[in-house]
Amino acid sequence: MIRARVHVSLKKSVFDPQGRTIHEALGSLGYAAVADVRAGKFFDLQLETADAAAAKAMAEEMARRVLSNPVIESFTVELLS
Amino acid sequence: MKVAVLVFPGSNSDHDAYHAAKHVCGREARFVWHKEGSLGDADAVIVPGGFSYGDYLRTGAIARFAPVMAAVAEFAKKGGPVLGICNGFQILQEAGLLPGAMLRNRGVRFLSQLVHVRVERDDTAATAGLAPGTVLSMPIAHGEGNFFAEPDELDRLEQRGQVVFRYGEPDGSLSDAANPNGSARAIAGVCNEGRNVVGLMPHPERASEPHLHHGGDGRRLMEAFLSATAVRA
Repeated sequence: MIRARVHVSLKKSVFDPQGRTIHEALGSLGYAAVADVRAGKFFDLQLETADAAAAKAMAEEMARRVLSNPVIESFTVELLS
Repeated sequence: MKVAVLVFPGSNSDHDAYHAAKHVCGREARFVWHKEGSLGDADAVIVPGGFSYGDYLRTGAIARFAPVMAAVAEFAKKGGPVLGICNGFQILQEAGLLPGAMLRNRGVRFLSQLVHVRVERDDTAATAGLAPGTVLSMPIAHGEGNFFAEPDELDRLEQRGQVVFRYGEPDGSLSDAANPNGSARAIAGVCNEGRNVVGLMPHPERASEPHLHHGGDGRRLMEAFLSATAVRA
């Protein structure tokens, strides 16, 4: 079993209304050092394989086809443990 | 004209669309459950609004994999008229049948209000007979309606005449204040290159009867769509 973590966030070119709102909230709490906030999400996939390369390829395919929308989002895949 | 109204778990405007098509516009209508693999003898399809699959993952992201969507893609490919309303629009975007994607509204709030949209094109399956410049008043109800495409893609959409509706003032002029959700170039609706698939965020089916407080402008759009003849390729 291999655990793959897929991070999905809005592309840099895309305005992130959620990130902006969180940024403003942090600022109003006095965290003046926060220069920017980008919100995103992650998915932990438990994959029934022992082959790390296959796990990564599988996770990338799922991230591309389902977990992200390439029009607005980008993703990264990392294998955990 | 027989119109199929798709039903996903979480659709909430399916009955409104059915009512507008059948009882207001007098067309034959039937519901098609998302697990069905065929549209039967339908000659038009409405993908209605709502919160299909609870908006999990992204709006429309799960619904696009429903069996019925393969039938819709096939139907659209043959030139069959398809209208996506609100969440239906988002589903068609996720399915790759319409361009762009929706971001969270710029104010991060769910918006439920009346808007004015200006018709930009009358050469689509949903706008025949609605002269460009026509202003329609219809309600919106969405949290993710902030139309996004990269600038070069937006230019392509404009050049190909795929921008069908824009948010505007009651007189049809454009202003930032009249763009409720921050949509790129005030885009409220688009069509595919074949012009037979149209999606918009406002709800024409909820503004199809003058005695409702939303008024009757939406009926003009519903009638235009329900009069569309398939452009068979």
